[in-house]
This record gives sequence, C-alpha cells and structure tokens, in this order.
Amino acid sequence: MRKFLAVLHARNMEFLRDRSALVWNLAMPFMLVFGLAFTFSGGSKDIYKIGIVGGIEKLHSVAPALQSTQHLQFIPYDELNAAIGKVKHHQMDMLIDVGGAPKYWVNSSSPNGYLLERIIRGVEGDRFERQVVEGAEIRYVDWFLPGILGMNMMFACLFGVGFVIVRYRKNGFLKRLKATPLGAFQFLFAQLVSRLLLIMVITTIVYTGCNFFIDFNMQGSYWTLLLVTTLGAMCMISIGMLIAAHTASEELAGGMLNVVTWPMMLLSGAWFSLEGAQIWVQKLALIFPLTHMVSAARAIMNEGATLSQVMPHVWVLGITSVIFIAIGAYVFKWE
Amino acid sequence: MSPIITATQLVKQYPGVRAVDGIDLAIPKGICFGLLGPNGAGKTTTIEMLEGIQMPTGGTVLYKGAPLGKRYREEVGIQFQHTALQEFLTVRETLELFERLYERTLPIPEIIGLCSLADILERDTRKISGGQRQRLLLALALINDPELIFLDEPTTGLDPQARRNFWELVKLVKSRNKTIVLTTHYMEEAYALCDEIAIMDKGRIVSQGTPMQLLSDHFGDVVLQIPNADAGSKLTEPGFNAVQAGDLLEIRTNRLHHTLQLLIENGVNLDRLRIRAWTLEDLFINVTGKKHTP
Repeated sequence: MRKFLAVLHARNMEFLRDRSALVWNLAMPFMLVFGLAFTFSGGSKDIYKIGIVGGIEKLHSVAPALQSTQHLQFIPYDELNAAIGKVKHHQMDMLIDVGGAPKYWVNSSSPNGYLLERIIRGVEGDRFERQVVEGAEIRYVDWFLPGILGMNMMFACLFGVGFVIVRYRKNGFLKRLKATPLGAFQFLFAQLVSRLLLIMVITTIVYTGCNFFIDFNMQGSYWTLLLVTTLGAMCMISIGMLIAAHTASEELAGGMLNVVTWPMMLLSGAWFSLEGAQIWVQKLALIFPLTHMVSAARAIMNEGATLSQVMPHVWVLGITSVIFIAIGAYVFKWE
Repeated sequence: MSPIITATQLVKQYPGVRAVDGIDLAIPKGICFGLLGPNGAGKTTTIEMLEGIQMPTGGTVLYKGAPLGKRYREEVGIQFQHTALQEFLTVRETLELFERLYERTLPIPEIIGLCSLADILERDTRKISGGQRQRLLLALALINDPELIFLDEPTTGLDPQARRNFWELVKLVKSRNKTIVLTTHYMEEAYALCDEIAIMDKGRIVSQGTPMQLLSDHFGDVVLQIPNADAGSKLTEPGFNAVQAGDLLEIRTNRLHHTLQLLIENGVNLDRLRIRAWTLEDLFINVTGKKHTP
C-alpha cells in the first residue's frame, strides 16, 4: 500500500506540474460541452427537410401557411440542379422553387415526399406546380461509408504518427537519429509515406472486403476517389506531424490531438449531415480536412462527381498538406 | 600530436544553472580521453557539445581545426548514455538501418565480428542483455568507420564481467588508431582505458593529465598498512604519523626506505605489511572533495 501511494503521489505530481497538459485536459471537456451545447441548441426537432430555391425569405409571401407549419425544416439552396439531385437521392424530402411560378419536386418513391405533398396541398391548395423526379434512395450505409472510412483514416493518421514521434522523442530514439546524417525532413517524410501507404492499403482492404457483402453505391471514378482519400490522409498525417513536431509530452500531444479530432469527428459531416446546422457551423466545418475528404468522397460515390467537380476539395487538401508538412519540418525538434 | 578536436572556453548556461563553465580541451588524435566527475559535474553536457548534439551558449568547438559542419555527422560515432532503438527490429535489421544512414560505412560482417554480435543477429533488440545491447550500440557508433568516437558512460549498469568484455572491445577499437572520448563513473575503467583524463566538478575541469602524472602530482607518498596485532605500541607515537583505519594501522610516507628501516629497528613484524598505491578513486576524492559513488 505504501508503495502504491508513493507511486500514486509521484504520478499526480508529475501530472499537476505538466502545466500545458493540465490546461489541455481541463479545457478540452469544457470546450466540448459548451461547443456541442451551443451548436445543437435551440429549435424543436424537425421531421421533414424541404429545400427552398429562390430565396427563403420569399417563402413567407408565397406559402405563409406552409412556413408556419411545425416540424418542417427549410434549407436554402442556390443551385436548382444540385437541389433536385438531393431529392432524387432521398437526401431531401421536397424541393420548392419560389423564384418564379411556385413549383415543388418530390421523389415518386419517397414516403416522406408523399406526406409532404399531402401537407402542401392541404395548407396551400393547388397553387404549386408538381414536378416528379425518379431515383433510388441512397442507402444510409452508402451515405455513411465515406464518413466511417474517413474517421478511421483520421484516427490512424493523427494518432498513429503523432504519438509515435512523441514516443521516439521521449525514449531518446530521435536523439540517436540526430547523431546521424539523417535530416529532419527526411525523417518526417519517411514517417508520412510509411503511414500513408499503410492507411491506404488498410482502407482499400476494408472497402473491398465490405463491398463484397454490401455492394456499395459507386457512381464516380475509383481513381478520383483514390486521389481524394490519398490527399485527405496526407493532410491529416501532416497535422499529426505538426502537433508532434515539438513536444516530448505524450499527454500534451494527446490533448492536442483530441482537440483536433473531436471537432472534426462532430462537425465534418462524418456522422450526420450538417445541412440543417447553422451557417457558421457549416463554414467552420470547412476548416477541417475531414470535411473536404468526406464531402468529396460522398459526391464521387453517391452523385458521380467528376474530378473537376471535386477540385475545390482537392486543392484545399493538397495545399494544406504542403503547408503543414513545411511548418512541421521547420519547427521539428529531435530532442 | 595535433588535436583532432578542441574546445575553447566552452560554456553551457541553462536558466539558473551554469552546467559548463569555460572549459578548454585539446584531444590528440589516436588516444582515449576520459572525462570523469561526480553526478551533475557537466560531463554529459560537455560531451554533447563536443558531439554537436547541444549548442554551446559560449565558446567554440573545432574538429580538425574547423567548426563542426555537415560532414561532422558522417565522421563521428556516438554512443549515448541513454538511448532507444527502433522497436520490433532484429540486431541485423538495426545495423542495416543505421548503415543506410551513412555515405561511407564499414562492411556489416566486419562490424559483427568486431563487436561479437554473430550470436544475436536475429534477436529482437528488446530481448538482448545489457552487455549485448551495449555492444550493439557501440557497433552502431562504429558503423560509419568514424575517426572520433564518443562513448558516454557505456558500461553503466553492466555486471563486472560484461564491463571487462566491453573494455576489451574498446581497446580493440583504439588499436585501430581511433580517437575515443569516454565519460565514465568507474575509476577503474578510466585507469584501464584512458591515456589522458580530465576530472570535472561544477562545470569546470579541476585536474587534467595522464593517470600516472596526475597521481604523482597529487600524491607524493605511499601508504603502509600494518595489522594492529603486528604493529606494537611504539607505532602510535607521534613520530610515525600513523592513523588507525579499522584493523589496520596506516602510515603515510614519502621516504619509504627510511620508514621501513625504522619499523624494522622497532621490531615491527613486517610479514603482513602491505603498500597501498594511490588510485584514481583517491585522486577523485582529493580534487572534487566528494566520495565517488558509481
């Protein structure tokens, strides 16, 4: 018991004296609790999603009774074709165009669309022109898959590289390497490539194995998907290396990795769509590489997006990877 | 002989602590130079500045007369006091890993033979003994066939047999005309291996020279040890300058012949007389004022 208490005390003192790790460990839960409460607070639970083209503010004058109906969520869209595509794939229950003569689009095979059609006729009469789209529902698993694979890649990249480098530094292996002619960039690049190869092979195996049983929806090109996921993984590895570039404290590195992974996990759209979230949340989500990777992968797999259509995501992932690797190599410490 | 490495007014200042305080060193090529000192004396900080691992706060280090440049890493071998290796690799794979980090290397079979690693080549580096691990670390330090080798407390924690085996290895390396800079806690090790030693205390060099020269400079006398039972009562009289040391009576003298004659004249039985020569341990205590604790 005496020995146990002595070790316990020593460990407690070590933790308390590591100020940076202590701050992270305290701040992180607070940030999560407040962040989640703020992001998902307010409003009742809406049941049906209705896309609005032509300005959501015009809805009040065009269909005031519909707008005042409870449990409907109105989501503004700028692009009519993109919004129709959402109805086609059951990602939205109805689309209303209030820009000209009022029209609505429903998917003929959507139960929610059917009920919404009954509602709109009941409250607004027959003033809306009916448009029907055809299209199979994107199964939840097809929507979910890019998010799941993306999450797995994120954890493997960030923690797999970040923690390993910190451990190398802590146990003196990096110091031993410093005594050789090996350069920091060479070392980091080797870590990056090693992890990238590993994660791409694992992800391919997981995808192929699951596809054998589930037969995932794949509308686009596998090569485009490979490019997007490779850049996404590279970007997240480079973040892991940047976090691990300086510290020898596993607790500080763990805290920093958590502060990066948790918001990405919640706000990148991996678990649930952010379409209904507040605009600032959607904009904030764009700073995360996982958001770009998952969005691009979903577009390729479920909507058949081409390379040029996902190019904005490709640029973001590519440029941020280069920036993070450069900064990581510049601030890298062997000891 | 021209120095292979020199340090001039080397200083390392940490917040609130001056770890190294103006050291001057010139280490000739081909010798084994020992850096000794109590814990916290600044040995490791000094050797790491010579290695180029730590940047000095002040002063200069020159290798072959030039500042330490990019080529320095190619030409020196380092064995740190504490180090880790890549996990889950065998001894052979570890040698191969490090061999690939240098432009010019010794053939791996030669290194294996030199450091007696043949029996453990396929063993996981985490599963080898302390002595085997130190031999592997020395092999890694020698893999680029360096002219200058730094060994920072290489035998700390080894059992006496493994330590002596390691000494033989170091002697073998030295016989290849390599220059070795060694820090050690073991005075016996310094005496066995070093051609020249410097004793550090509080960040400064307090004594430097060959072991024999330092011993003769600091101790001009010898100690005669006689069991109490053989000594008789006369030896405790002031003229003999004898002190009690447990079961022995110790007499310090710089006139050995005269003292022996005196003992014989006083009928002292000399059958069990021992003459103790001063050691580096005595020198260490003498110059640092600290009892040596390996």
